[in-house]
Amino acid sequence: MAISFDEVAVGTELPAQSFPVTRATLVRYAGASGDFNPIHWNEKFALEVGLPDVIAHGMFTMAEAVRVVTDWVGDPGAVVEYGVRFTKPVPVPNDGVGAVIEVTGKVAALLDDRRVRVDLVATSGGQKVLGMSRAVVQLS
Amino acid sequence: MPLDPSFIGRTYPPTPPYEVGREKIREFAVAIGDANPAYTDPEAAKALGYPDVIAPPTFPFLITYQASAQVVEDPELGLDFSRVVHGDQKFAYTRPVRAGDRLAVTVTIDSIKSMAGNDVLSVRGEVHDQSGEHVVTALMMLVARGADEAGE
Repeated sequence: MAISFDEVAVGTELPAQSFPVTRATLVRYAGASGDFNPIHWNEKFALEVGLPDVIAHGMFTMAEAVRVVTDWVGDPGAVVEYGVRFTKPVPVPNDGVGAVIEVTGKVAALLDDRRVRVDLVATSGGQKVLGMSRAVVQLS
Repeated sequence: MPLDPSFIGRTYPPTPPYEVGREKIREFAVAIGDANPAYTDPEAAKALGYPDVIAPPTFPFLITYQASAQVVEDPELGLDFSRVVHGDQKFAYTRPVRAGDRLAVTVTIDSIKSMAGNDVLSVRGEVHDQSGEHVVTALMMLVARGADEAGE
């Protein structure tokens, strides 16, 4: 299951994934994370502060994006660094369907100590929602 | 009014320990829809070399964000939280958080910058376990939008 450093090259693509997100997902994440900011569950409040709709927690999107890396490498503890910039919100309509976060990743650099840098691209509704989304991963 | 730059470099006292439980990790893993067995099955975690279940990479934010309330709610700093958005987030791990950890966070204000009328605040949380060993560093950048942009 472990990925060997010798198997990858700059440009190696990780299996892409799609993560659906509904209002129920956000309520569950609010409870688990303790982030009860009403912009993530109260449509009236979200509109009042100028948002297009209830939006997903940025940290939820960040949690989903790195799954492309942890599912690829198997051991989540192989992630030694992970960072993102929150560039655009993910609006989650109350239409029973919600939104989808699409994530792709590829090896962008080979580092010392059999580590690689993986660059992730996360989009929703055709918009890039994370910038500078990068993970440093320890391979075997 | 811009934030007072004399707060740059200020370090707050370590937080009381947060005890990481297996069920809290499970709850978080379910909430992000992640079925990786290392988060819920101690045997699967042991097979990877960990003494107990580990937490997903973004889990430490629960603890570091709570700790950063010291900054966000510091009356002397005077940050208006209703104008704050999360700009970016980074983690640097020495090892994954795991069940049984008792984690204390030491929060430091790394920088305060004024950019295009917004205050940009970088807050670092250093997370250590009960043995004093480093577990993870969380870097959070907050943007406080200028009053003129915040509506009325």
